[in-house]
Amino acid sequence: MKYEDAVAKYDPALGIEVHVELGTATKMFDDAPNTFGGGANENTTPTSLGLPGALPVVNRTAIEYAIRIGLALGCEIAESCRFARKNYFYPDLAKNFQTSQADEPIAYDGSIDVELEDGTIVPVAIERAHMEEDAGKNTHVGGASGRIHGADHSLVDYNRAGVPLVEIVTHPITGVGDRAPEVAAAYVRTLRDIFRAIGVSEARMEQGNVRADINVSLRADADAPLGTRTETKNVNSFRSIDRTVRYEIARQAEILDAGGSILQETRHFHETDGSTSSGRPKSDADDYRYFPEPDLVPVAPSRDWVEEIRAGLPELPAARRRRLLDEWGISELEMRDIINADLLDPVEATVVAGAKPDAARKWWMGEIARVAKQKDVEATELATPEHVAELQKLIDDGKLNDKLARKVLAGVVEGRGTPAQVMEADGLQIVEDTGALEAAVDEAIAANPDVVEKIKGGKMQAIGALMGPIMKATRGQADAGTAREMILERINS
Amino acid sequence: MSQDLTRLTAAQLADGMRAGEYTSTDVTRAHLDRIEATDDVIGSFISVTPDAALATAADVDRRRAAGEDLHPFAGVPVSLKDVVVTAGIRTTAGSKMLEDWVPPYDSTVYAKIKDAGLPVLGKTNMDEFAMGSTTEHSAFGPTRNPWDTTTVPGGSSGGAATSAAAYQAPLAVGTDTGGSVRQPAAFTGTVGVKPTYGSVSRYGIVAMASSLDQVGPLGRTVADAAALHQLLAGHDPRDSTSLSDAVPDFLAAVQAGARDGSLKGKRLGTIRQLSADDYDDGVRAAFTQALELAQQAGAEIVEVDMPSLRYALDAYYLIMPSEASSNLARYDGMRFGLRVEPESGPVTAETVMSATRAAGFGAEVKRRILLGTYALSAGYYDAYYGSAQKVRTLVQRDLAAAFEKADVLVSPTAPTTALPFGMESDDDPMALYLGDAATIPANLAGIPGMSLPAGLANGMPVGFQLLAPAREDARLYEVGSAIEALVTDAAGAPVWAGVPTDYAAESATTSA
Repeated sequence: MKYEDAVAKYDPALGIEVHVELGTATKMFDDAPNTFGGGANENTTPTSLGLPGALPVVNRTAIEYAIRIGLALGCEIAESCRFARKNYFYPDLAKNFQTSQADEPIAYDGSIDVELEDGTIVPVAIERAHMEEDAGKNTHVGGASGRIHGADHSLVDYNRAGVPLVEIVTHPITGVGDRAPEVAAAYVRTLRDIFRAIGVSEARMEQGNVRADINVSLRADADAPLGTRTETKNVNSFRSIDRTVRYEIARQAEILDAGGSILQETRHFHETDGSTSSGRPKSDADDYRYFPEPDLVPVAPSRDWVEEIRAGLPELPAARRRRLLDEWGISELEMRDIINADLLDPVEATVVAGAKPDAARKWWMGEIARVAKQKDVEATELATPEHVAELQKLIDDGKLNDKLARKVLAGVVEGRGTPAQVMEADGLQIVEDTGALEAAVDEAIAANPDVVEKIKGGKMQAIGALMGPIMKATRGQADAGTAREMILERINS
Repeated sequence: MSQDLTRLTAAQLADGMRAGEYTSTDVTRAHLDRIEATDDVIGSFISVTPDAALATAADVDRRRAAGEDLHPFAGVPVSLKDVVVTAGIRTTAGSKMLEDWVPPYDSTVYAKIKDAGLPVLGKTNMDEFAMGSTTEHSAFGPTRNPWDTTTVPGGSSGGAATSAAAYQAPLAVGTDTGGSVRQPAAFTGTVGVKPTYGSVSRYGIVAMASSLDQVGPLGRTVADAAALHQLLAGHDPRDSTSLSDAVPDFLAAVQAGARDGSLKGKRLGTIRQLSADDYDDGVRAAFTQALELAQQAGAEIVEVDMPSLRYALDAYYLIMPSEASSNLARYDGMRFGLRVEPESGPVTAETVMSATRAAGFGAEVKRRILLGTYALSAGYYDAYYGSAQKVRTLVQRDLAAAFEKADVLVSPTAPTTALPFGMESDDDPMALYLGDAATIPANLAGIPGMSLPAGLANGMPVGFQLLAPAREDARLYEVGSAIEALVTDAAGAPVWAGVPTDYAAESATTSA
């Protein structure tokens, strides 16, 4: 069934579980480094390998980050909570149990406002945020698809085993109708922005720092009880989240329409065609034999500590965005682009350093981003906000034009000093010596009689053909406006 | 050298080395020779590590000769139960599952022993994964009781206890989850202590039941056990459940207890629910006699009530297997230890895990994994694990009330003396489980307990158990050393000195 028909006929409900890997220096329960990459099984200790006798110890920073997340999501913070063991056998799970929080999450009962692109605000109720450890990573070798079926053997890398995670679980999100896909993606994006703002994770979707499990169910109308749900696992881009919801709504509607019923199961999302496929049946009766982890003592964050963490939280993304939109007068779309490029911090700092918002945005999103991409580095490694503000001031003062400014920037990027220093050193300041410019203009006119004829004939755009030689002769330091005036003056006189 | 160094206590050996009468190399070699001469019959050791032991001894001797500051017990050899993880030395936990496992890291206990310069003689035999009370459930054969080699040494720290009793080691490290140090100490005429939960780090101790397991010292005297406990105790940042308190002075407690009149006014509580009917006559007689000696020395005997005791055993046999079922899940053939491929069908992670566990675990371990898996299952959790935790709270409450009336609680450690081999029947495991009734409450409540010799019954040692409130381990050493002195005086010699020292191989048949 087409998506549009499906949402016209059925009322979708969403439930989203987001896992975020915390950016702590070490793992959740041991002192192995928590870093992405590295040789296989290098970032491990006896504890993250689950060796006999090894014991876990809770990472205090991970607790602090989990509390930050809880507070940023408006949650209550538990006075005392215990870890539990979730028992199941799987090779990527070194102990064959995952240390998690079952019925005692560190944070619960929160809510956040999710803003859609048109400015609509959708409140999402948060059931809980709990801590757990990540599993290792299996690689299936020898099969066609990289999946376990058909594989010849499998390799396990425990570098990720024991990486601290916080899982955030929503209450059912209802009443969003045909905007369900957009809401799902915007919700995860909102979380991603919060994680970054409060400094708990780099939250890089492409590295799997943030992963979402998307539950979708349909019901006849808003008064009916919730339908049977499916859970699509590990969807890790905003676009994929949108597509997952869209696909599941259409798929489920078709089954329901044909009189069928939805099988409660986990599903996999396929990037190639936007479809989902059946994983394994999942029932609420999955028996993980949870029991309190006897190797750990309860986590009991003092109220003083919680308040200290609350007081230290930075301005959250939504509030900051509203403030800056207001202050800068740029469009929602422009703001979104800046945020997506992860450049809000340097742009804001550049404005603080004296540049106009438009100019600050233009530099970071334009030339600096381009060079960063070319060099495959972070934009913020290339220049400081102070440099950019200074560069813009040189333009505003008429000392540089855009082209010269880019040359100056290149010097700054090379680490050759501040924009003013580079400009001085390279003699890039705009030529105000009209004698040199006049000579260049005369030379260009004399060398290009055919172009001059065209201009005389009214083809003003042909002036461009003279600008090249003029700029070349002046090493780019000519002011284009002045040169153009001179050309016209000479041709028309 | 005319003196047999293996007959000396750890304290005497430490003094002798300090006085320059002999070296650690002499002492270590004497014990290695004794092991060599006797262990074919006794079977205390799964692995003997003579090279490492002698290297440590030589190092200590060199440092002593150079006038370095040494740990008071540096150079005194020790045996380690084979659950203590030792880098470079295979650690089996008595299981086929870990038959060839050589750990890449050190337990905190081993690190402390190395730091203090105690030569490690080897790794001692035990029931597989510490599950059992006879040491018959070892994948490496039985251990025989030196008092009568047709009987078991108790368990699960059977090898630890016999190494101390048979003069193979002056000191032994064991672990106690439900009585696994105290009961073998009782059966072998040695002193065994289960410290307060958290007193000794569990980091690097192969786990059976995390909330019950505790490392404990064994020796022939209360003073030696105290010295080893002193060495092992202390906060460990790698064990979240380890106590952060300063370690009390156990040796001072031993000295205080050994002074005349130290028992005056001490209240010794007998437990109404551990009635005399539950004990063999000989055990009861030896215990009562020791108690009377204490009374004559000024102790006050009071009776305390422990109504929850009748449920304690049930609770223990739910909590212990539940935790064990989860702790033993990691033995799956995927990363270390035994790996067995299925005899037929596809070789997948699941079939390898299944075949490995089927082949690697013994019957008692499988039984407890099944029990625990069942008890934790959805729908049964509240009735089993949940209820057991409530009983645990009741036991703690009863004990707290009992300690209002008594300074220490006393009982025989076990209802019998050492039993013949083959009594532990797979058809009726409960019969032996019941033998743990007196020792289990200490593990459930996390309190310290000690077994020391009360005397003999029909020529076999009887254990006298002391229990103290949590963190009051020193009280055990004080009262224990007083009772030890009374029992020794009454018999004219320490109980342990009566152990036979020659073992005929032909008498050492077992029905196992």
